[in-house]
Amino acid sequence: MTAATPEITRFGGLHRAPGRRRRNLASLAFLAPAAIWLLVVVVYPCFATIRYSFYDESASRFVGLANYKAVFSTDAILVAFRNNIIWVLVFPFLVTVIGLMLAVLSERIRWGTAFKTIIVMPVVFSATASALVWRTIFDLNPHVGVVNALEQTASDFVRPPGPYPVDANLGQSLAGLASTGVRPDGHGSLVSISTVNAGHTVELGLIGVSPQTLALLGARTARAPTAAPGVIDGLVWRDFSPSHPGARGRVYPDEDGLADLQVSLLRTGGSAVATTTTRPDGQFKFANIGPGSFRVQIDAQNFTSSFGGTFWLGSSSVTPTSGLSQTAQALLSVPLIDIAMIVAYLWMWAGFAMVIIAAGLSSLNREVLEAARIDGASEWQVLKRVTTPMLAPVLAVVFVTMVINVLKVFDIILNMAPGSSQAAASTLAFSMYTHGFEGGIHSGLASAIAVILFASVVPAMAWNLKRIRGQM
Amino acid sequence: MTGFSLDPELSRARRIRSRMHLSRSALNLGLGAVGVLWLVPTISLAVFSLRPEGLFDVSGWWHVLTAPTQLTLHNYSALFSQGFAAGGLLDSTLTSLVITLPATLLVTALASLAAYSLVFGNWRGRDVAFLVTVGLIVVPLQVALIPVLELYRSFGSLTGYNPFGTFAGVIIFHVGFGLPFGIFLMRNFYTGIPRDLVEAARIEGAREWTLFRRVVVPLGLPAAAALAVFQFIWVWNDLLVALIFLGGNPHQTLTLFLFDQTRSLAADYWIISTGAMVSIVVPLGVFFAFQRHFVRGLLAGAVK
Repeated sequence: MTAATPEITRFGGLHRAPGRRRRNLASLAFLAPAAIWLLVVVVYPCFATIRYSFYDESASRFVGLANYKAVFSTDAILVAFRNNIIWVLVFPFLVTVIGLMLAVLSERIRWGTAFKTIIVMPVVFSATASALVWRTIFDLNPHVGVVNALEQTASDFVRPPGPYPVDANLGQSLAGLASTGVRPDGHGSLVSISTVNAGHTVELGLIGVSPQTLALLGARTARAPTAAPGVIDGLVWRDFSPSHPGARGRVYPDEDGLADLQVSLLRTGGSAVATTTTRPDGQFKFANIGPGSFRVQIDAQNFTSSFGGTFWLGSSSVTPTSGLSQTAQALLSVPLIDIAMIVAYLWMWAGFAMVIIAAGLSSLNREVLEAARIDGASEWQVLKRVTTPMLAPVLAVVFVTMVINVLKVFDIILNMAPGSSQAAASTLAFSMYTHGFEGGIHSGLASAIAVILFASVVPAMAWNLKRIRGQM
Repeated sequence: MTGFSLDPELSRARRIRSRMHLSRSALNLGLGAVGVLWLVPTISLAVFSLRPEGLFDVSGWWHVLTAPTQLTLHNYSALFSQGFAAGGLLDSTLTSLVITLPATLLVTALASLAAYSLVFGNWRGRDVAFLVTVGLIVVPLQVALIPVLELYRSFGSLTGYNPFGTFAGVIIFHVGFGLPFGIFLMRNFYTGIPRDLVEAARIEGAREWTLFRRVVVPLGLPAAAALAVFQFIWVWNDLLVALIFLGGNPHQTLTLFLFDQTRSLAADYWIISTGAMVSIVVPLGVFFAFQRHFVRGLLAGAVK
């Protein structure tokens, strides 16, 4: 350095002018590859897409605003708008709040770094891989999906399934089960049609019970009950004989009793007097019952269906939309798949929010926080009244970044939603792909969707530019 | 109570401390639960890939907790033994690498050059050029898909080489959409290099290229590393660009491999889970090896 100093005076102004020009040329040459690349692959295509959006499906005929009209009048694309709105309203807020919580809390544990690493890991996974994992987590089959397995365990605990489950989802009904001497009471039980007194018998026939169920319960051949004084003897049997498939109401030798059924004796007023369980041959007995007429009830809990699972990856709506027009449904329903995807996306991105917020947190002025604590503010108050306002700029960055991110949601839909619910899960980015590249290709419509997608990130872009210009 | 507390302040402090102790263990417990919850999806994927295919939908993966002998490397050996047959797992891994590495290197190199020009060049309009670049960061790549396909087609009819369906076609697109963020990140870092340092070298007669290579690049290495890590993970994880621009190519990226598996009628989850594990192991390795750089990239990248 010191040796060079005299050179400045020696060559001074002489070589400066041509040198500077050469330098400027050189530095422009440094810029050129990136600039040309950007112009060709990013900038020109933006304008070309705007142009295509005014042309027909094969980009050959000018059609004015027809594509835009189609966008706003096609229910399938309105669904995409609705989903984009759901994503933007729900996701950035949730992920920012979760990121803030995790950042604040992880500061107070010794293993904070390990914790943060665990939370950040999914950020580097592809949306494809993550979506495929979460697809299994929400799977309907409780042997695959953790969520449904947990739901089933909880449901079986609260409402254990009966020995003869009637599953409405499989088209089964109680009325379909009643064959001889019984009818549904409207409250989930079957009740004998005629009344019975002590010293008499009652035979109740059911159909639609699978042999496998009976085998599992150890049922044996049905035997007709015999009357005894002071006692009501009864039988519940499978009123279907393979040798007499058309005959009902008679107990044939190749018919089984229904084992393990809980039956109750009702007074004519409806109150239960006694309860018992059928034997393997389907017989039951009520003794010491006194005078009067009774009915026999096959209790509702026999038919409690086992938990059918929640089809989280399906398109059924959380909001009630029955009776609405097609367009209103498209705009107002919130399919379960959206919820499942948002949960998966929170898992994928909470780490990002947490890292950014934690960095902001570590640059905060600790004295202010300590002062608030010493003044007696609770941790919650400190978080709400001091930390969060001080972090506002960082939180805004996370929020806006996530708004931009979810406007472009694509991979997760393609890989997490099964084919049957992709239409309900669609977003603008997804809709652009299906209209532009799948099946009936329509470059005009796809371009119009792309332009709208572009327009929707412009506010975020402007916000970014303003912020970064302020830092320059 | 009154008889005991000689010093009410002291007992109050003790009470607060014991309350804090209690809340501390509650905090450890709570965050421990969150951590476990966060690991469940990744662990389940690993278990799926390590269990025999027949068990997939008949017994929950969590049963390995009581039956760890179910675990086997069979799925991996079955897929790896196919070797590098086009469309297989190993071939797809290689394809992902062949696309990701050049795209990463090109973005890092071109963004560094452009950032040098934006920071140390003396031409007018540098700030405007930079702001335009920042604006381009958020452009959804959906906007460019159809026009770039058209460009490729025109280029093909002009020169006989249509980049559509080739690795080059995918890389060109990735570089274009990686550059805005890359330039932004590098430029922000270069502005922190003392200008005097560069000016002094200039006065000593260093050429721009020498200056860039010998002074600016070495000083900017942390930023370049952050950008490279970020870009690597970005391209590695891409599905959409490969889906569009690799159409018809027998070689496919890992994400395409996974996507194709879900589409095939016999969606075999043992293949999907094993492939997904391979696809996440690579970025995970990059992440752990360059954690600090990655986090720096994230912090700078809170715009994309």
